[in-house]
Amino acid sequence: MKVIVPVKRVIDYNVKVRVKADGSGVDLANVKMSMNPFDEIAVEEAIRLKEAGKVEEIVAVSIGVKQSQETLRTALAMGADRAILIVASEDVHNDIEPLAVAKLLKAVIDEEKPELVLCGKQAIDNDMNATGQMLSALLGWSQATYASEVALESDSATVTREVDGGLQTIKVKLPAIISVDLRLNEPRYASLPNIMKAKKKPLDEKTAADLGVDVTPRLEIVKTSEPAERAAGVIVSDVAELVAKLKDEAGVI
Amino acid sequence: MAVLLLAEVNGADISVDQTAKALTAVASLGDVTVLCASAGCGDAAATAATLDGVARVICADDAAYGNGLAEPVADLIASLAGDYDHIVAPATSSAKNILPRVAALLDVMVISDVTAVVDGDTFERPIYAGNAIQTVKSSDAKKVVSIRTAGFDGAGETGSAAVENIAAVANPGLSEWVEDKVQESDRPDLTSAKVVVSGGRGVGSEEDFKIIEALADKLNAAVGASRAAVDSGYAPNDWQVGQTGKVVAPDLYIACGISGAIQHLAGMKDSKVIVAINKDEEAPIFQVADYGLVADLFDAVPALTDAL
Ligand SMILES: Cc1cc2nc3c(=O)[nH]c(=O)nc-3n(C[C@H](O)[C@H](O)[C@H](O)COP(=O)(O)OP(=O)(O)OC[C@H]3O[C@@H](n4cnc5c(N)ncnc54)[C@H](O)[C@@H]3O)c2cc1C
Ligand SMILES: Nc1ncnc2c1ncn2[C@@H]1O[C@H](COP(=O)(O)O)[C@@H](O)[C@H]1O
Repeated sequence: MKVIVPVKRVIDYNVKVRVKADGSGVDLANVKMSMNPFDEIAVEEAIRLKEAGKVEEIVAVSIGVKQSQETLRTALAMGADRAILIVASEDVHNDIEPLAVAKLLKAVIDEEKPELVLCGKQAIDNDMNATGQMLSALLGWSQATYASEVALESDSATVTREVDGGLQTIKVKLPAIISVDLRLNEPRYASLPNIMKAKKKPLDEKTAADLGVDVTPRLEIVKTSEPAERAAGVIVSDVAELVAKLKDEAGVI
Repeated sequence: MAVLLLAEVNGADISVDQTAKALTAVASLGDVTVLCASAGCGDAAATAATLDGVARVICADDAAYGNGLAEPVADLIASLAGDYDHIVAPATSSAKNILPRVAALLDVMVISDVTAVVDGDTFERPIYAGNAIQTVKSSDAKKVVSIRTAGFDGAGETGSAAVENIAAVANPGLSEWVEDKVQESDRPDLTSAKVVVSGGRGVGSEEDFKIIEALADKLNAAVGASRAAVDSGYAPNDWQVGQTGKVVAPDLYIACGISGAIQHLAGMKDSKVIVAINKDEEAPIFQVADYGLVADLFDAVPALTDAL
């Protein structure tokens, strides 16, 4: 079975985001970028399925600026077999919307014909939580989002999903899209020899135009602003003072 | 303009809180039709009809919709979409599973986790774990929007809209439900509780989480947790608060043994009053806390429970 794993290059999750003073966006110049944490988990899951003999080939796909090559090299170093980069923007500040990403992924899938797509539940930059579901709709495939456990059979997958009330298990027919949640696995680090080997693995490059997909945004970003700041608080000396403050000052108990 | 609001329904149960808050958020956009889609959802539809400002309720009672599977519910909504300019739902895990699928079927973008409706085309939403707020204007013919309900008050329950039953559309039969593992609890719901007491890695074990729960019970509060506490098995997954867990905005949030990573803050920093109990005075949680107590939680939490 062939698996496609879409991986997004995003601001590293440890970096404190700065909103530009003119309200035009978030400053991404000279900040550390990494693979979206959920996508690392998706890559890891694909590798584990390959190690278990259930998957033959893992193809990582990234859409965005040329520098997303680095993210694909990371996926290759972890254990993906080959990679496809779709250049859809010249500017790191220009985020490609999930609908356009889903259309580009569909074009890749029409060519590659995988049985499974493992993607992240959400990109930690736009926090949209949409691409997997959109792709699944465009393909007319089944979907299982927020996976914390995946049992893959030859024509179906049984997936435990993290939902508001607890956990839900569903069985989806293949081909399917599975979006992964944080507790599915602990992604591995790429070893130095594997990083070297990854440099020789195939990385194809295409453009959005090659695939005939219009990536013009549907959402115009009117402005980007800082969230409301909280007023500075106080340190209380003991439990008694805390109780008094909550009763008399805050009036919440 | 007309709005279709997908109610948060599971069988006969409706989350009045989530549905009523989403209703408030979109009331200015036009006549609101509420859709209840589940199995045996007649009672849920009757309840939805009492929410103030609802023009009409559509009830799609069918086994196909019984477990909220995305494919059949999305097909149903897409089949109804012609009559509406806005298709909205509270941003629950169930709706966020379905709405992007609906949007793609309609060839429009989805707008997730909206915190403010500026006008019919323009919405505010947090990005980067709430470290920035983006205002977006949609050029799509229809807007598919999920509402982050924490910041809205629920609509009242004195209405009496008409309920119309509709038949199911064809089920693509792509997936089937196997089981739900739901924790039953007498405590208030995390997303609607007035008070939330949360524990983090500092609590140290599932056993010791009892002291967090005891404080919560004293305050009639919901219990929350950091991702580290959930990953370590101290607390179930549905207690997680944060960027990828639940977003809460109670009157009082008490964080015990939680460092205050941005991903956690994303889920609680809009709480009215924040209390942090942490033994490390440098912990970032103190930067957002109204009241900070530098103490060992194993002393402070039981003492606080006793003092209340
Ligand atoms: C993509 C992504 C998404 C994430 N989503 C979320 C999310 O939704 N929610 C979330 O919470 N996290 C999330 N995280 C994880 C987040 O980055 C932090 O790792 C996590 O919040 C840390 O949890 P913690 O504060 O309990 O643990 P720690 O950071 O280990 O902090 C423990 C704290 O307890 C204190 N402590 C220890 N013992 C005691 C004691 N006896 N008395 C008092 N204090 C004590 C310590 O001083 C410390 O400050 C996410 C991470 C990623 C990468
Ligand atoms: N530009 C992109 N390139 C590759 N994969 C992407 C891209 N955008 C989104 N994805 C995938 O879709 C998931 C969900 O992203 P989102 O819908 O933007 O929150 C991510 O975790 C990735 O797996």
